[in-house]
Amino acid sequence: MSLDISFIGILIGSIMASSVPLILAASGELITERSGVLNLGVEGMMIIGAISGFALMVITDNLFIAIVGSMFSGVIISLIFGFLTQSLLTNHVATGLALTIFGIGLSAMLGKNFVGIPGKEFPILFSSLRESIPFFGPILFGHSIVLYFAFALPFLTNYFLKKTKLGLVVRAVGDSPVSASNQGINVTLVRYCCILYGGAMCGLAGAYLSLIYTPQWIENMTAGRGWIALALVVFATWSPIKVLIGALIFGGITILQLHMQAIGFRIPVQFLSALPYLMTIIVLVVISRDSRKIKLNTPTSLGRIFYKEK
Amino acid sequence: MYKNFFKYLISAIFLLGFSVNSNADFKVGFVYVGPTGDHGWTFQHHEGRNAVEAAGIKTTFVESVPEGADAERVIRQLAQSGHDLIFTTSFGYMDPTNKVAKDFPNVKFEHATGYKREHSNVSTYSARFYEGRTLLGHIAGKMTKTNTIGYIASFPIPEVIRGINAMTLAAQKVNPNIKTKIVWVFTWYDPGKEAEAAQALIDQGADVIMQHTDSTAPVQTAEKAGVWSFGQASDMQRFAPKSILTSIIDDWAPYYVERAIAARDGTWNQQDTWHGLKEGMVAMGPYNSAMGADLVKEVEQLQKDLASGKVHSFTGPIYDQKGNILVAEGKVADDGMLAGMSVYVKGVEGDIPK
Repeated sequence: MSLDISFIGILIGSIMASSVPLILAASGELITERSGVLNLGVEGMMIIGAISGFALMVITDNLFIAIVGSMFSGVIISLIFGFLTQSLLTNHVATGLALTIFGIGLSAMLGKNFVGIPGKEFPILFSSLRESIPFFGPILFGHSIVLYFAFALPFLTNYFLKKTKLGLVVRAVGDSPVSASNQGINVTLVRYCCILYGGAMCGLAGAYLSLIYTPQWIENMTAGRGWIALALVVFATWSPIKVLIGALIFGGITILQLHMQAIGFRIPVQFLSALPYLMTIIVLVVISRDSRKIKLNTPTSLGRIFYKEK
Repeated sequence: MYKNFFKYLISAIFLLGFSVNSNADFKVGFVYVGPTGDHGWTFQHHEGRNAVEAAGIKTTFVESVPEGADAERVIRQLAQSGHDLIFTTSFGYMDPTNKVAKDFPNVKFEHATGYKREHSNVSTYSARFYEGRTLLGHIAGKMTKTNTIGYIASFPIPEVIRGINAMTLAAQKVNPNIKTKIVWVFTWYDPGKEAEAAQALIDQGADVIMQHTDSTAPVQTAEKAGVWSFGQASDMQRFAPKSILTSIIDDWAPYYVERAIAARDGTWNQQDTWHGLKEGMVAMGPYNSAMGADLVKEVEQLQKDLASGKVHSFTGPIYDQKGNILVAEGKVADDGMLAGMSVYVKGVEGDIPK
């Protein structure tokens, strides 16, 4: 491998492209979890977003409708989760797992007629600048609009949580729903909104796969990326900026692994696919050692069912 | 009392239904590793099934069956539900097929690309895809500007290694400076991973991409990047009209029809079939005009010579990576050696993963 500077630029560019679905799904899930709701249905919501986006693209031939539709489908499916966990007070973990299984099955059924149809080319921005500027060109330019949005999202999320009143409300609900409720905050409503937002972002993450990254529909095409996104939220210790860094690390592992093979350097593939989870476990161990700094962002009521006292 | 009576009545009806079903008509089952719409490997097997159906024989199929424990369950289920002949169409179904075959001596089994025939009711069949790879190597060697061919490999089994070797030998013949870069993805079908592998190879200077995986993602990636590619298993041209130079097409239909009719008429025998360009089990897609008329003519001639046996993909002298002789000068590799091929030939970089 020629380690020249322009090659590294190209490499970083493809790492960025592969980390987009992780950033989107993890940022969405982060908001959901910060409001105290643990939704393990990320994989299911992503796959539903992937098939809805692709199907709408084929039917309407309009990429904008496809993207918006995929987010909407994410909202719909997360609404099921919201209704079950918030209105019927079911267990978060079990319901989330069911949502994933349901999503994978439903998407396979809906997608029957869309297998093997070639996707449409998604417009990329500033493609001429990509070629003309060495190193920075492939990093900064020649990406789809969704990628730029994904890379802005962690910063927006950070601003939202730290600087806005609504962000404070979300955090309060996640940390102590009882106190928040006593302050007159409608905990259930806030949690519903956070769940739906998470669903929309997961739907978009799925559509990125089926419309932009590998423009086609196949069964189970998210291939476990939803689980990596879930691990990523924990890995990032619920901090939006760290989600971005973690996504680049997780995405980088996949891409670098392939590049290392191409230059004849061999590491067991199975080890590398386990690495994101391994790293997450290490972070979990660090958290449980009660380092205050890490605990700062952890929603203390995560996954606990909130009963409003009447 | 009445409750029990109804229970027996219902089970009697069911039993009757099943037995009538299995005796009355001859049924063929197919087990696929991918979805029928993969436009690659499984798609072609499904075309073969359609031909059997068109010949007036009843068929059923199960798609997207993972290799492993699930496969045995599915094959057993087909055998139990009255199928007389079962085609299991992926390498990883080898042991499950033989295991089920032992328990159902009256059911005939046909396993694709395997080599184990542990019971008299198991046949194996495969196509000499390496003949197609030889053509691909010839074209790639002539078309590459960077002298780097990128190869997306699935699993380190003889079938895949044979393809890599056949391609490399043919490419070396027309272009001694050729380098083959290989990425193992350890899957037959994962478009995301296949696309990433293709992109990694392109980023590392490969301007011809070849795949031994089943999805169309690599050719689409090649099309986007403006490099050459080849379709795998089925004509993938419409997914990458500019990039695809040709496709290796598997045509199982004649074989499936022949074997299904033989099984129905009671003339089915255990055999090991390995057909190639000659019999038409391996066919080539249309050649891209970007190759130029001369190269197309050259390749068409080579295709004829491979089919007639005038040229063999593995003609000596062939050396392994360390320089040991594998096939002596003037000799060709025999089928036994081809079937068990587990080393790279000279000129391929890297090691075969374990």
